[in-house]
Amino acid sequence: MSKSRNIVLGAVLAAGVTGPVLAGPLGLGRPATPDEIAAWDTDVRPDGTGLPDGEGDVWTGEELFEANCAVCHGDFAEGVDNWPQLAGGFGTLDQDDPVKTVGSYWPYLSTTWDYIYRSMPYGNAQSLEPVDVYALVAYILYSNDLVDDDFVLSRDNFLDVEMPNAGGFRVDDRAETEYPLWRGEPCMENCKDAVTVTMRAAVLDVTPDDGAE
Amino acid sequence: MSYRTSRRALLKGGMAAGAFAATTGTARAAESDPLITEPQFWAQGFGDGVDATPYGLPIEFESDVIRRNVEWLTADTISSINFTPIHALDGTITPQGCAFERHHSGAIELRKDDYRLMINGLVDKPLVFTYDDLERFPRENHVYFCECAANSGMEWAGAQLNGAQFTHGMIHNMEYTGVPLKTLLTEAGLGAAGDLAGKWVYVEGADASSNGRSIPMEKALEDCLVAFKANGEALRKEHGYPVRLVVPGWEGNMWVKWLRRIEVMDAPVEAREETSKYTDTLADGTSRKWTWVMDAKSVITSPSPQSPITHGGGPLVISGLAWSGHGAITRVDVSKDGGKTWQTARLARPGEKRALTRFYLDTDWDGQEMLLQSRAIDDTGYVQPTKDQLREVRGLNSIYHNNGIQTWLVNPDGKAENVEVS
Repeated sequence: MSKSRNIVLGAVLAAGVTGPVLAGPLGLGRPATPDEIAAWDTDVRPDGTGLPDGEGDVWTGEELFEANCAVCHGDFAEGVDNWPQLAGGFGTLDQDDPVKTVGSYWPYLSTTWDYIYRSMPYGNAQSLEPVDVYALVAYILYSNDLVDDDFVLSRDNFLDVEMPNAGGFRVDDRAETEYPLWRGEPCMENCKDAVTVTMRAAVLDVTPDDGAE
Repeated sequence: MSYRTSRRALLKGGMAAGAFAATTGTARAAESDPLITEPQFWAQGFGDGVDATPYGLPIEFESDVIRRNVEWLTADTISSINFTPIHALDGTITPQGCAFERHHSGAIELRKDDYRLMINGLVDKPLVFTYDDLERFPRENHVYFCECAANSGMEWAGAQLNGAQFTHGMIHNMEYTGVPLKTLLTEAGLGAAGDLAGKWVYVEGADASSNGRSIPMEKALEDCLVAFKANGEALRKEHGYPVRLVVPGWEGNMWVKWLRRIEVMDAPVEAREETSKYTDTLADGTSRKWTWVMDAKSVITSPSPQSPITHGGGPLVISGLAWSGHGAITRVDVSKDGGKTWQTARLARPGEKRALTRFYLDTDWDGQEMLLQSRAIDDTGYVQPTKDQLREVRGLNSIYHNNGIQTWLVNPDGKAENVEVS
């Protein structure tokens, strides 16, 4: 967390902690039971917090992938039609049309596990057991050439997997790189010598017909 | 405007006489107007009774003021986007029925009776609330814009979609009624979280996509709202009925709909929607994450490609919207010559914090070509940049957070087109 945001927090707390809203609870709601929390709280964090017991291997994952995932994501996680590509795209992030996949882009393996377990397959989410998800994640790693075909993924070795783009992200830096450039009184008169039209949407002609006059 | 002045303006503008003949709604002064001289049926018979429409829709003549989809943008319509018809709206409040939708696994149907909200994690007492519980907490009312992080995202590489609805319509602005998130966190007790600096809340929806996002504690305590009413009535199904999160000024993805769980944590989850998506790739291949705030932005909604000038030369209202996630809009400038010269527009009302602001430039059109632009300024002194200024810092692959200045080319027959200028 950046220093500037800690300063903001300090100000919020100073203004808010003693306010009437924080004066005390109203006694509304009821305690959540451990079963209820376990049912809904399935998030997994980058450090592995939240991972359940279990393990799964690449070949089990391939079978599950063919049965549950390949119709959209392709047999090799390469994507079908407009559906997301899960593998490949290495070395494309600084190119014109970057291919962002689990292998080329995602910083943490936890996200893959978490997202598949909660929200996939598309249209039949929350139908997979934890062992299924371990196997599917192992297969996706294999599809990205990040593990060998005899790899078995488990909670114990989860953090050993190196994600290629783990270092590819930085916290929002607009406050340093942009805002100072664009503050101050803007030009009102004689701001340019000439203005030329450089691109026209009508030439591309991809707008739905009934949307334009 | 009389026929005579209008005609003079048209001739001055070098327009074909035929353009005027095609104009509708202009009474010809030379002969009497039968809409006035003849009794019309609506002035003689009956209109509808009061029981005809228990909950009304717009009159049929406004049937073009609707949400629209752009099929090629996404693989299917379930995890997809549609667009608010901002080219046809005025003022600032978005009618809920045509306010844009963005779902990741469709608009689910969740009854109030089936609704549950859980608060867990680093709290003194994990809690479950029913919908009725939420209505018993002290309420607040606030107007805020919700702008999709991807609004204008298709325009990074150049002018692509021809209409303000499509280039800027992933936005709506409503008056929300709800309970401050701070109130609910207090109910569960934040003592267990200890020092709140560096703490987070993770919020997720009841739908299959869940749309989980991590929000730093200072924002959760500042102004996030657990909302159950919008523009006076219950949220629409597609906007999160019965309860959504409102995250003022921040990218729309974080406004979790069908909100079912809030977890207090000592670290962010780094969920799919804040790693794979809603991260902004720069030219060197590195990416920004946690780009939460939507910067100051504006667009001229009329004239625009879907809202051409049909009345010829003379008085013209240039109308548009401006907004900033950092605070209030203090000023909007409008250029008619592609940014060579600027005039300060009139704000319909003083800008409100993190809400849409309407601006007008009342002008006299000489019938010549115009390159219309608007430029928003917010109360931090930030001036909306050009697209080229943004590209200079970010490159072309950011996808999200395109708040660059929009240009409409208006030609002498009043039609407008989405263009880019040097």
